Amino acid sequence: MNLLLGYYPGCALHGSSSDYESSIQACLQAFKIRLVELNGWVCCGASAAHSVNPLLSKSLSARNLAIAEREGYTELLAPCPLCSMELCKARHTILEDEEHRKQLSDIVELPLQGKTRVINVLQVFESIGQAELREHVKQPLTEVRAACYYGCLLTRPPKVVEFDDCEHPNSMEGILEALGASTVKWNFATECCGAGMTLAREETVIELSHRILANAVAHGANCIVVACPMCHVNLDMKQEETRKAHPELPQLPVYYLSDLVGLAVGLKESQLGVDKHFVPAELDLLSEPAETR
Amino acid sequence: MRKAGSFDKAVSALRIERCYQCGKCSAGCPMGSVMDAPPHRIMQWVGRGAIDRAVNAESIWLCVSCQTCTARCPQTVDTAGIMDEVRALAWREGVCSPAMVRTKLFLEAFLDSVRRHGRLNETELIAKYKIRGFLSDYKMALLLKDSMLAPRLIKRGKFRLFGGKSGDRDVIKRIFDKCEKVAAAEANDKTPKEAHHG
Repeated sequence: MNLLLGYYPGCALHGSSSDYESSIQACLQAFKIRLVELNGWVCCGASAAHSVNPLLSKSLSARNLAIAEREGYTELLAPCPLCSMELCKARHTILEDEEHRKQLSDIVELPLQGKTRVINVLQVFESIGQAELREHVKQPLTEVRAACYYGCLLTRPPKVVEFDDCEHPNSMEGILEALGASTVKWNFATECCGAGMTLAREETVIELSHRILANAVAHGANCIVVACPMCHVNLDMKQEETRKAHPELPQLPVYYLSDLVGLAVGLKESQLGVDKHFVPAELDLLSEPAETR
Repeated sequence: MRKAGSFDKAVSALRIERCYQCGKCSAGCPMGSVMDAPPHRIMQWVGRGAIDRAVNAESIWLCVSCQTCTARCPQTVDTAGIMDEVRALAWREGVCSPAMVRTKLFLEAFLDSVRRHGRLNETELIAKYKIRGFLSDYKMALLLKDSMLAPRLIKRGKFRLFGGKSGDRDVIKRIFDKCEKVAAAEANDKTPKEAHHG
């Protein structure tokens, strides 16, 4: 594709979700998409900022949008759906509310027009297109029976993120099926895993994540596919804790979408960071029955 | 009795007066079953001016901001946005029930880190959260929780002792100062409003 995209990593991808960053970078490189990290980006404030000071939340995101505009990016990839949603929300305000736009521009000390569009990882794969994805496949994902998990913020709130259908999304299914994988119909594709409550309210995360994992298993999935660092932490890193509370639950590998695209186009697990997951996720394991994993 | 001006303006912009109490927000809420007052109750209290009750509810700290309520509201009320406004008001006034203190400490530690570095330093966040959590109730469990996770994160290259820093840290501090000043001014901007309780 030979494309250059502005890239907003966000704190998670530069911290405990570094495997997501290596996965995306390796995978997009295979499609000749180069990511250029936004100079001097700042944290979007995550749930903490919008929970206690909505203006601070919008200002932090507005600062990043202003930098992206200054650097001349037409599109900015934010792989974390929370960052992405916060950036989209700030952009909406900038485009729709002139008084607010001026206030934000004053606060962030930069001109602000809302020119740069914010996109998520699925939108990058959709712009590559199913035909080109298919052409790149070296190892069809025939053993994959995926439960595509969108979580909260890839599709919500719909007026802010303007992506897919917030009750019945199917963009991830389309991408995976182009790679030879099959997908299952299930009930928890857009239910919440507990998100940023992992530290503050672990019991919440365990119960919400359990419902998601159990429903995926009940509908015949042999793995879960996510596009969010927090979903991955809760479903992968915390899966051992979840299984302690619910011993009947079998182990279920949790992939980032870019992991599976990367594996299909012939990248190695170590190039993508799949070997860094807590639940073993080598593709060979998927052909074994769940009870033996 | 509470009096609030800018809060009324903010929740009105989020269309609180359109709420007709159908309960759809609570039906889809992943935390509804463990909340003392599910989202539609909070909306009812805010809508009729019983803001004290909303601010004192534990549920505002249990909300995971998943946006399901906002996405599904048949009246286009931004329910999750109103939860944010209620929480922000509780934050400014230092209201928080003892059972929810940890959530508040977590948010505090998170924002401290972002204010200092422009980005989140996870190690600092965890250390601060655990120390402050321990000092709030002197329970050892929180201090020790997940301590065995650190070596496993290190082994996976997922643990960075010194997090990244933004190059524009002076600007970040000014952004925080300005936003907090606006919030403080709003807290003082209280115009009389009749509140109905119960």
